[in-house]
Formats: sequence, C-alpha cells, structure tokens
Amino acid sequence: MAFLQLQGVHKHFGANHVLRGIDLEVERHQVVCLIGASGSGKSTVLRCINALEPITGGVIRIDGDRVSGYGVDLNDLRTDVGIVFQSFNLFPHKSVLQNITLAPIKVLKMDKGAAIAKAMELLERVGLTEKAHEYPDRLSGGQQQRVAIIRALAMDPRVLLLDEITSALDPELVAEVLNIVRELAAEGMTMMLATHEMSFAREVSSKVCFLHDGVIHEEGPPEQIFGDPRQERTQAFLKRIVDAGRL
Amino acid sequence: MSADIGAGVPVARRRVPRVLTYRTASVISLLFPFTGVLALINSVKAGGLAKVGQIEEARHRGERAREWCWYSLGYGLCVYFVAFMVILFVFLRGGALSDVYFDDVLFNGEAWDSLLTGFWINVQIFVWAEVLVLIWALVVALLRLLPGRACAPIRFVAAAYTDLFRSLPAILVIYLIVYGLQKARLPLLEHLDVRQYCIIALVLVYGAYVSEVYRAGIQSIHWSQLAAGRSLGLSYGQSMQHVVVPQAVRRIIPPLLNDFIGLQKDTALISVVGILEVLGRARFINNSQATFTGYTMAALLFIAITIPQARAAEWLIKRDHDKTRAA
Repeated sequence: MAFLQLQGVHKHFGANHVLRGIDLEVERHQVVCLIGASGSGKSTVLRCINALEPITGGVIRIDGDRVSGYGVDLNDLRTDVGIVFQSFNLFPHKSVLQNITLAPIKVLKMDKGAAIAKAMELLERVGLTEKAHEYPDRLSGGQQQRVAIIRALAMDPRVLLLDEITSALDPELVAEVLNIVRELAAEGMTMMLATHEMSFAREVSSKVCFLHDGVIHEEGPPEQIFGDPRQERTQAFLKRIVDAGRL
Repeated sequence: MSADIGAGVPVARRRVPRVLTYRTASVISLLFPFTGVLALINSVKAGGLAKVGQIEEARHRGERAREWCWYSLGYGLCVYFVAFMVILFVFLRGGALSDVYFDDVLFNGEAWDSLLTGFWINVQIFVWAEVLVLIWALVVALLRLLPGRACAPIRFVAAAYTDLFRSLPAILVIYLIVYGLQKARLPLLEHLDVRQYCIIALVLVYGAYVSEVYRAGIQSIHWSQLAAGRSLGLSYGQSMQHVVVPQAVRRIIPPLLNDFIGLQKDTALISVVGILEVLGRARFINNSQATFTGYTMAALLFIAITIPQARAAEWLIKRDHDKTRAA
C-alpha cells in the first residue's frame, strides 16, 4: 500500500465545491508536484492532508492509518506531516531559534538543550547560523522561508508539504530556497509540492499531477507530463506556461 | 491630431503661483506678526516677480510666503491660547481663579500629608485591581473566543458578562457590591474588608472593558499564525498561549493603558462607600480648612502618576519594535 493515500477526497467551502474527488498515491521517498492554475485546488489538497482544512468526503491514509475523519488526533498527525506556507508564517515575536524550537519542546517534549542543538545543526545546514537570534522581520524573504522549512524539519516529519513556497519571493531569492528542497529530495524526504516553478517541478519530482477544477486530470512522470501531455487541458495549461516564457 | 492634445489646457495659468491666495493668507497671518510680516513681504515680492514674468522666482517667493503663513498659524494659535490662559488665571477679577485653585498648594503641608496618605490607598487598590483585571479579562476573552458548537453556552455567558458590566455605571456597581455583599454575608466573602469589596467591583467593571480589548487584539492576529502553530502539532491552547496571545498583548498596550488610567481615576469613586482615599480627604480639607486647593492637590497626584505610565508604555512598545522589527 502506498505511504500516503488520498481516496475520493472532497472539500466544500460552503457551497463552493473545491476538491471533487482526489485520488492520489505517494510512495516513500517520492517527490510529488501538484501543478495547475490558481484556484485549481493545489493548496487545498495540501491543507487537507495535515487537516488544517477538514475534508468533507473521502479518506486520507498515512502508512495505512486513516488520518481523516472523526476521532483522529490532529496534533499527533501534524507531528508526522510538516507544512511550509507561501507566506512563511513565522512567529514575528519569537527569534529564529525560538521559532524552530517551540514545537519540539512543547509538542515532542524535547529537552531544551537538545532542541536548540538540533535547531543550530539545521540552521548550519542552510547557512543561517548567524541569524539564530535574529527576529523574522529582519530577514530577507528567502531567509525567512529557509527558516520556515527548518521549523517544519525540526519536528522530523515523515512527509513534508510545500505550498507554493517560492511564490512570495523576489526572483533572485528563489534559488536559495529551491536548493534546500533539491537537497531534501536527494536525501529521500517524502514531499508534496504545490508549485508554479515548472522547470523545478520537472527536475525534482518523481510524479507530477495536473489539477483542474478540483480533479487530478492527468498524472505521470515529469518527462511525460511536460514532454507529452495527453489531456487537452494539460496541453492548454502548459502551452500558456511556455508562452509566458516560464518553461 | 497629436498637436491638439492638451490644447485646451491654459499653460500659463498653471505656472503662475497663486499670488493672490498667498497675499490674503499673509494679511491674515499678521495676527502673529513675527512670522506674518515675513509672509507678507514674500507674498508682495512674489506678486511683483510674477507681474514681470519671472515665474520661477515668483514661485520660490510664493512658497516661502506659504510656509511663513503656516508658521503663523502653528505658533500664533498657541501663543493666543497661552495668553488667554494667563488672562483667565492672572488678570480676570484680580486672579480669582488662581486664588481658588492654587492659593496655598505649595505650602499646605498638612493637606499634602493627609492627601498622600489617602492616595496611597488609591494606589494599592488600583495596583491590585489592575493585576486581577489583566488575568480575569484574558480569561473572559479566551472563553468568549472558544471554538466549536459545544462551547456556545460558555461564549454566551462570557458575552453576557461583558455586556452587563459595561452597561453599568462603575459607581453603581461599587454600591451594589460593597453594600450587597456586606448584607448577604456569603461564606468566604464575608470576611473581606470594604477595600477588598471595592477591588472586586472595579475588577468586574474594568474586566468587562479590558476583555473586549483583549478580544480585539487576539482577533487582529492573522489566522495564518494560528494555522502555523497548529500545523506544527501545537494544540489550540498551546497555539494561543505561545503564538497568538503574546502577539495580541504587544498590540493592545495603548488601549490597555487607556483602560488602566480610567481604572486609576475611578478609584476616586470608592470615597462614596466611606473609604478615606484621596478624594474623600480633599473633600474633608475643603470643609475643615475652608480651602479648595485640596482638590487641586488630588488632581496633581493623579496627573503625576498617569504621565509616567504613558511614557513607560511608549518606551515598552518602542523597545519591542526595535528588537523585532526591521530597521
């Protein structure tokens, strides 16, 4: 059975039917990219997986465990499923180090010294050691997003969800964030990305899913989706991307 | 065709400074002659320069005239206000007003002693009340913001408390609590003294106000902060405790100080239940020494504690800002 499994997932926001039956499987160590126009449901899929949005139909399973619906310990689920947001959402009143260590200390009950040591180790990996005691507002967007990724990683998640993590960045800051994702992919981190960075999706993903109107219209290996899309809608979407000079 | 674009715009009129406006304003600003004269000179020169076609120089002069006019307004009004106050207190009826308010303020040591003793009661009461309000109001606000259908009754009760105590005059609540609780002789509450009843009354009234301040502060924190907390596995309570409330508190310092100053001043109301705090003593001095200045002294005491608090709050905010915000 696949590590992460979505079966017939539906999501309504009031009368608005956003996800209309999503079926998706992610194996361990896979990197799955969700592509599609704004409003197609990419972000909602990710937010549903770690239950920031409750789903209104279907089933989500992680490692065989049902993690959607009644009676699921959401706090426990979220220690397994990390998410990084488009707008970073760092805690502005806490230093970088406090941002990273808050959840390990409070949720995983880690020893404070151990949590700090681990945070420093992660910071060193992304070259932000000297920013440990700085506050988020004083960092560039790219630095903030790197801290946000580390904050999620500090919980040792089994899946990492990345929700358009470069969309709010100035173009010259995108690479420093994507490099981290590249490294994580190489290390075998299981990830799902909603992204508009097509060439990056093509490069890192093991599977690409094209979403349209809350349904996965086409999925396959990146070479196939980008090189030889079969569905008309996928072709039209990619043509617009190429016309815009983004692929 | 392209040559016609902008043909209807009278180019010259746009470039000539509004000399007439400056001149009128300058004449008015002569009410404050120190700068008014400068305004007038510049506006006259501007007019002359404009007439001989030196538009750019005229604009410079005109602009200076305009600036001096604003100086006249800014400084002039203040000078007239101060002059008015001097007339009011010093010259009107031979300085009757300052005699009434300030006659022996500096020399009446006996009155000062008595008032300071009284004021110390006010200080103790408002310090206790403020500490309790800080906690109590946060509890009420958090209860009112509890999510879920199950907690609807709690939200309702919290809202009802807020509505009720905000609508009652503080002085009425003091009467009701002090005399009511004394009469009822409830267990535990029976042995409290009058001051403690007063603290309860003030906490009930100001807790209602401050809970609304807290609530506004908490709701002003973007939901994505709560989402970020929850996404890391923090519970709702932990996210409120570590993420939302600390940010909200930083944001509400100014309105919080507002309510605290209100509370401090309302400690004067407890003189109605016979506590000899500062206002009660001022009244006593007024009656026994036949001098009105006790009231002035009491006023000075309230001013003396309020202004430092305002500065301290500003300092706190600035310190936090310097620490966490980009330059």
